Amino acid sequence: MLAHLPILQVIVPLMAAPLCWFLNRSKLVWLFALLVSAFTCLNSIFLLQQVMSSGTIIYQLGGWDAPWGIEYRIDELNALLLLIISAVGTVVLFAAHTSIQKELPEDRHTLFYSLYLLSITGMFGIVSTGDVFNVFVFLEISSLSAYALIALGKDRRALWAAYQYLIMGTIGATFILIGIGLLYQMTGTLNMDDLANRLAEVNQTRTVFAAFAFLIVGVCLKLALFPLHLWLPNAYAYAPSIVTAFLAATATKVAVYLLIRFSFTVFGIEFSFSTLPLQNLFLVLGLVGIFAASTAAIYKTNVKHIFAYSSIAQVGYMIIGFAIHTSTGLMATLLHLFNHALMKSALFLALGAVMYRIGSVQLSQFQGLGRQMPLTMAAIVVGGLSLIGVPLTVGFVSKWYLLVAAIEVGMWPVAVLVLLGSLLAVVYIWRIVEIAYFKPPLPGREAVQEAPWTFLAPIWALVLANIYFGIDTRLSVQVAQAASQSLFGINP
Amino acid sequence: MNHSLELLLQLTIILPLLATLAILATGKHPNLREAVTISISLAVLYCVINLYQGLSAGESIEVFWWQLLPGLEVSFVVEPLGMLFALIASFLWLITTLYAIGYMRGHGEENQTRFYLCFALAISAVMGLAFSANLFTLFIFYEVLTLSTYPLVTHAGTEKAKQGGRVYLGILLGTSIAFFLLAIILTWFVAGTLDFTPGGVFGDNVDTSLVGAILVLFVFGIGKAAIMPFHRWLPAAMVAPTPVSALLHAVAVVKAGVFTILKVCVFIFGIELLPTLPTTEFLLYLAGASVLLASIVAMRQDNLKARLAYSTVSQLGYITIGALLATSSGVIGSSMHIATHAFGKITLFFCAGAILVATHKSKVSEMRGLGFTMPVTMAAFFIASLSIIGVPPAGGTWSKWFLLMGTIETGYWVIMMVLMVSSLLNIAYLLPIPYHAFFPGKGHPTAKTGIKEAPMVSLIALSITTLGCLILFIYPQPLYELAKTILTVPGVSHGH
Repeated sequence: MLAHLPILQVIVPLMAAPLCWFLNRSKLVWLFALLVSAFTCLNSIFLLQQVMSSGTIIYQLGGWDAPWGIEYRIDELNALLLLIISAVGTVVLFAAHTSIQKELPEDRHTLFYSLYLLSITGMFGIVSTGDVFNVFVFLEISSLSAYALIALGKDRRALWAAYQYLIMGTIGATFILIGIGLLYQMTGTLNMDDLANRLAEVNQTRTVFAAFAFLIVGVCLKLALFPLHLWLPNAYAYAPSIVTAFLAATATKVAVYLLIRFSFTVFGIEFSFSTLPLQNLFLVLGLVGIFAASTAAIYKTNVKHIFAYSSIAQVGYMIIGFAIHTSTGLMATLLHLFNHALMKSALFLALGAVMYRIGSVQLSQFQGLGRQMPLTMAAIVVGGLSLIGVPLTVGFVSKWYLLVAAIEVGMWPVAVLVLLGSLLAVVYIWRIVEIAYFKPPLPGREAVQEAPWTFLAPIWALVLANIYFGIDTRLSVQVAQAASQSLFGINP
Repeated sequence: MNHSLELLLQLTIILPLLATLAILATGKHPNLREAVTISISLAVLYCVINLYQGLSAGESIEVFWWQLLPGLEVSFVVEPLGMLFALIASFLWLITTLYAIGYMRGHGEENQTRFYLCFALAISAVMGLAFSANLFTLFIFYEVLTLSTYPLVTHAGTEKAKQGGRVYLGILLGTSIAFFLLAIILTWFVAGTLDFTPGGVFGDNVDTSLVGAILVLFVFGIGKAAIMPFHRWLPAAMVAPTPVSALLHAVAVVKAGVFTILKVCVFIFGIELLPTLPTTEFLLYLAGASVLLASIVAMRQDNLKARLAYSTVSQLGYITIGALLATSSGVIGSSMHIATHAFGKITLFFCAGAILVATHKSKVSEMRGLGFTMPVTMAAFFIASLSIIGVPPAGGTWSKWFLLMGTIETGYWVIMMVLMVSSLLNIAYLLPIPYHAFFPGKGHPTAKTGIKEAPMVSLIALSITTLGCLILFIYPQPLYELAKTILTVPGVSHGH
C-alpha cells in the first residue's frame, strides 16, 4: 500500500470524479468529494514525510521500466506542491456546499464537484509525473475542467472570461506541446531524467533553443506572468467563489512548478541561465509585473479584481526569486508558493462569504460590513496584512527570504523595489478596510448577518494557518530549503 | 537566572493580551470592564516594579520564546533603558486608564469596549518592545503597535478620522517597511546578528559609508520618532480621543520611536562607532532642524492638541539628538528626557482633555480666563509647561541639562544654540496659555462662572502626573541611576 501512494494521489480523485454522478444528490456528492480530497490531503502528508525521511520516491506505472513506461517521481518540490494543492483543495471544498447553494442552480451541483475533482486530479498529475508528455495530458485535464468550472459562474461575463482563458490557455498548452515535440524529436525520449541526460549532448542546437522558448512562453502564459496575464483577472472575478479560491491558490502555483521543473531538471541550470538572458528578462518582467498589477489593483472597483491583480503581482515576487538564481532566491519562491496559496485561498474564500451574504463583491457594497460581518472582515484584514508582509504572518517570511536573496547577490535596487511594491499592497488593502469599517451600511442592507459557520470555519482555518506558519516556520522553511538545495544539486 | 522574574517578564506582555479577552467578555458591563482594565494595569505595574528591583539587585533576566527563522529569535531581556521605558509606560497606563474612565464617560464616547481592547493590545506591544533582546523582536512589536493603535486613532469613525488614520498608517507602516525593514536586513547582512549587544554589532573593520547609510535608513525608518519630514502622522493622530493622544502620542508610541533610536544607537552601532560615521553629523542637523521648525509651527497652532503635537515633534528631536551625540551625557539626557517629557506632556494632554470635557473648548484663543473655572487644571498645565521648557521646579530641567552638556562636550555649538532657542520658543507657545487663563485681561470673564472642573477621576489622574513632574525635579536620583547604567551594562566600553 505504502509503495503505491504516488499513484493513489492521482487515481483516487480521477476515479471519484465520474462516481459523483451515481450519488447525484447535492449534499451526498459534496460529502463524497470532501472525503476524497481529505484522503488526498492525508496521502500527500504521508508522501512528504516519506520524501523528507528517505529521499525521492520513484514509482513505475504498471511496472514498466522507465524510459518506456511512465515514471512518477516525487521529490521535496513535488511533495510540497502536492501538499499545497490537496490541503487548500480540501479546506476550500468544505465551504462549497453552502456557497454553491446560492451561486449555482441545483442541477449543476454534481457537475461542479465532478469537475472540481477532475481539475484537482490534473494538478496532482502534473506535479507527480516524471514524463513530459504526461505533463501535457494532465495539464489539459486540469485546464479543461477549470474552463468549465469558470463558465459555471452566475454572472454572464463568466462565459466570456472562460472563453478568454480557454483561448489563452490553449495557446499556452499548444506551445508546451510544441516544445515537448521538439524535445522528443531531438532526443527520442519523454522521460524527464532521460531528457536531462540526452539534452546535454545536443543543447547547442537551434531546435533545442526553440523547444526551450516554446516551453517557457507556454508555461509563462499559464502562470500569468506579466504581460501574459490578461486572462486571469476576469477568470478569477466571474468564476464561482469556490472556484476562484481554489484556482487562485493552486493553478498558477502548478505553472510555477513547471517553470522550475523544466528549467532546472530538464534543461539544467547551465543551459537555462547562462545560454539565454532569462535572468534579466524575468527580473524585469517580475518587477514591472509587481508595480503594474499592484497599481491596477488600486484602481479596481470589484474586490475580486483587486485580489486577482494582486495575484499577478505576487507571481512577480515568485519570478524574481526564481530569477535571482541562488538557492536562497529559489527558496523564497518556494516559500511564497506555499504562503501565497494560504493568503489567497483565505481572502477569496472570505469574498465568497461576502458574496453569499450580499450577492456582490463590488467595493462600494462593502459599506458597513466591518460591523455586520466582523469575523469575515477580520479575516480579510489579516489576510491583507499577510499580503503586505507584516511580521507574524506568512507574507513576512517569504518577503524576508526574497530580500535576503536579493541583497546576497548585491541586487540592491531589486530589494528596494520589492519593499516599495509591498507598500502598494497597503494601499489596495486599506481601500477595502476604509470602506468596510468607516461607512454605514447601505440602505436596505441593515439586516446583513455574519457568514454561516460552514464558511467561517474554513476561512479561519486558513487565516490561522497564515499566522501559524508565520510564527512556526520550521515545516515550510525546511521543505523549501531541501527542495531548492536539491534542485541546485547542493548536498545539505 | 531567576525563574519567577522570568515569569514576570513574560507576564508584562501576556497580561495585557489576556486583558483584551477579559475586556471583550465584560464589554456589556462598563463598570466590570473598567475594573478589569484597572486591575490588570495594576498587575502589570507590579510585575514591572518587581523586575526593576530584580535588575537593581543585579539579576540577569532573559527569556527566549521561539526561533522564527534560523538566527531570528523572539526573545527578551531586561536592561536599564528598556526598564526605564517599561516603568514609565506601565505607570502611565494605570493613570491614563483612570483618566480615560472620566473622559470617555464624560464625553459620551461610543465603542468604548473596542477602545479599551486596543489600548490593552497597544500596551502589550509596548512592553514587548521595551524588553526586546534583538532588533527583530523589536520590529515585530513595533508593527503590532502601529496596527493596534490605528483603530484608536480612527475611533470617531468620521471622515476626518479616516483621513487622519490614513496619514498615520501610511507614514508609520510605509517608513517601517521601506526603510526600517531594509535597515534591519542590511544590518543582518553586514553584521550577521540582530542582537542588541553592548558596544554595537558592527565590529571594527566596517565600510563606514555603508553603515552610515544604514544609520540614515534607521533614523528615517523609525517613523515613530517623528523626525521631519516624517512627522506628519503625529498631528494627524490628534483626531483620536484625548486619552489616546495623551498616553500613546505623548508617551507610548512616540517614546517607542525614540526608544528604538536610542537602542539602535547604543546597542547596534555603539557610541564608539557612531561619531565616526559620515552621516551622523547630517542627521544631527536634521534633528536640530526638526526641533526648531516644529517649535515654530507649534507657535502658530490655535488648536491646543495640535500645538501640543508639534511640541512633541520638537521634543522628540531632543532625544534623537542626544542619542546621535553618542556621549554618556547625551545618552543619559535622552533617556531622562523620555521620562520627564512623558510626565510633562501627558499632563498637558490630560489638561487639554479636561478642558474639552468640562467646557467643550479646544482652541487656545478660547481659553482666556479659564483659570477661574478650572484652577486645578490650569495650575497643572503651568507646572507641566515648566517641565517641557526645562526650568525648575520641574523634572525637564535635568534632562535638558544633560543634553546641553552633551552638545558642549562634543562641540556641536549650532545644536546647542538650537536647543536653547527652542526652549525659548517653548516658553512662547506654552506659557501664554496658563498666563491668559489666570490673567485674561480686560473684557474677559473672570470668576463669574464658578468652578467647573472635569470629572473627579480625571482630575486625580492629572494631579498625579503633575506631582510626577515635580518629584522628578526634587528626587531624580533613581531615574539618573537607571539612565547612567545604560552604558555600563557589562561589556560596554565607556564613551568620552
